[in-house]
Amino acid sequence: MEDKRTAWERLQLIHTKGRPTIKDYIPQIFTDWYEMHGDRLFGDDRAIIGGIARLDGMPVTIIAEVKGRDLNENKACNFAMPHPEGYRKALRIARQAEKFHRPVICFIDTPGAFCGVAAEERGQGEAIAKNIAEFMTLRTPIVSIVLGEGGSGGALALGVCDELAMLENAEYSVLSPRGFASILWKDASREQEASEIMKITAEDMVRLGVAEAIIEEPLGGAHNDLDKISENIKEYLSQKIPEKCKKDIDVLLKERYTKFRKIGAFTE
Amino acid sequence: MFEDFFNVVKKRWGEGEEEYKPPMFKCPRCQGLSPLSKYEELRRVCPKCNYHGRLSSNERIAITVDKESFRELNGRMKGADPLNFPDYPEKQAELRASTGLSDAVITGTATIKGSPVVIGVMDSRFMMGSMGSVVGEKITRAFEYATEHKLPVVMFTASGGARMQEGIVSLMQMAKTSGAVKLHSEAGGLYISVMTDPTTGGVTASFASLGDIIIAEPKVLIGFAGRRVIEGTIKQKLPDDFQLAEFMYSKGFVDMIVERRKLRSVLSHLLKLHGYTPKEA
Ligand SMILES: [Zn+2]
Repeated sequence: MEDKRTAWERLQLIHTKGRPTIKDYIPQIFTDWYEMHGDRLFGDDRAIIGGIARLDGMPVTIIAEVKGRDLNENKACNFAMPHPEGYRKALRIARQAEKFHRPVICFIDTPGAFCGVAAEERGQGEAIAKNIAEFMTLRTPIVSIVLGEGGSGGALALGVCDELAMLENAEYSVLSPRGFASILWKDASREQEASEIMKITAEDMVRLGVAEAIIEEPLGGAHNDLDKISENIKEYLSQKIPEKCKKDIDVLLKERYTKFRKIGAFTE
Repeated sequence: MFEDFFNVVKKRWGEGEEEYKPPMFKCPRCQGLSPLSKYEELRRVCPKCNYHGRLSSNERIAITVDKESFRELNGRMKGADPLNFPDYPEKQAELRASTGLSDAVITGTATIKGSPVVIGVMDSRFMMGSMGSVVGEKITRAFEYATEHKLPVVMFTASGGARMQEGIVSLMQMAKTSGAVKLHSEAGGLYISVMTDPTTGGVTASFASLGDIIIAEPKVLIGFAGRRVIEGTIKQKLPDDFQLAEFMYSKGFVDMIVERRKLRSVLSHLLKLHGYTPKEA
């Protein structure tokens, strides 16, 4: 691995044009991909895609936040900022995975849940809360990977899992450093400073018990070698998914609960 | 002690030239001015528009549960500093001293007109009721205790959202609390969530929205995203009633809006309707 970049350098890197998105990864890692659409309640959110495919021949369910590779794609997927119907679609597809005994693989890549009038009217808070609670007891293995940005509740809605992996330069945070600086210091221009004290890197996540694994990126970042980064992700999943599937589901659920249960710092 | 979060027009007598003016309450919803004594007499309800103002956790417990029935759980738990965040330990120590609270939630057991409950009350005086490790842990333990003892939970929420100084650790409290709510629910327990002013951000996106029954007090703020953030996104001003309890009720995310003076009685009825009856004496 290269010398470790600072949190700020990684933030620049994951926003580099050409950083691979889930749409680049699916054909590299999976076969027989069929996308499913809609939450059966309101509509089809393009910021989250979901469907079924095969990983090494084994049927799996994929749920992913979608970044665009250019402005048109970004407009279509709302810059990967889901509305409530996106989270509800994710839950519908996850429940099907449970029914048909397929493991779930979530790919997180979002600045956060969309902040807008329609999102509030349709219950953004309720939709995220529901996913978090339901994923906690979903009776099938769940593995999540943060591809680039893991922003706040919008990321956590796909982040309750048995194991979380971070791409080497990915970040996971309670809020974007910019938002953080503007809330805490009323000065959004201090985002670089915020990024350094917020503890948002892959190594921070492992240290804090939030993530279990780091997937190495090619020299210079994922965009430099799509084949290599896809191979690394696939290698991780090919090992992890069968391992989780072999476990007794009740043991797995207990461990999933405990993984989150033990995060926190207090005295008494 | 409430000057910090109510726009109270302070009395200015004893300064010589000015005549005595009774202290006034300025309502954050209707901007109307009312005598503070009147507002207090109505238990912090605006006489002009029925906005239900903020109570301290102790005041809330006092008007909700049976006298002398409250037993606090985990009262000694205090926050730490998971990210080594500048000035965070000092800030917590200052607030503990000035409010007498250990953090932004008090949890415990009590009875409401005889029905046993586990109760949690958030307090906006402690860092805007934000959820860090202590809030997450106490709420999780409250639900785990209720599951173990087959008790219902009544949770009064009031929060600005995540505790920024705890970063990602704060975000994970959403998963922790929601998981505990889910296990309580799967065990058949009743959970009544009472949204009070303000219920926003990560608390709305976790345990506050997971009640079997969701009650809100009139005119309180309920939402996920901050109003200013949304206004920044859409570049226009939002209507005054946006994200108020009545708005969320009309959109289907609140079961009932209940006035403070009726709340204890409504809670009691709902508990009894679910079979949580007073223990025989
Ligand atoms: Zn008013």
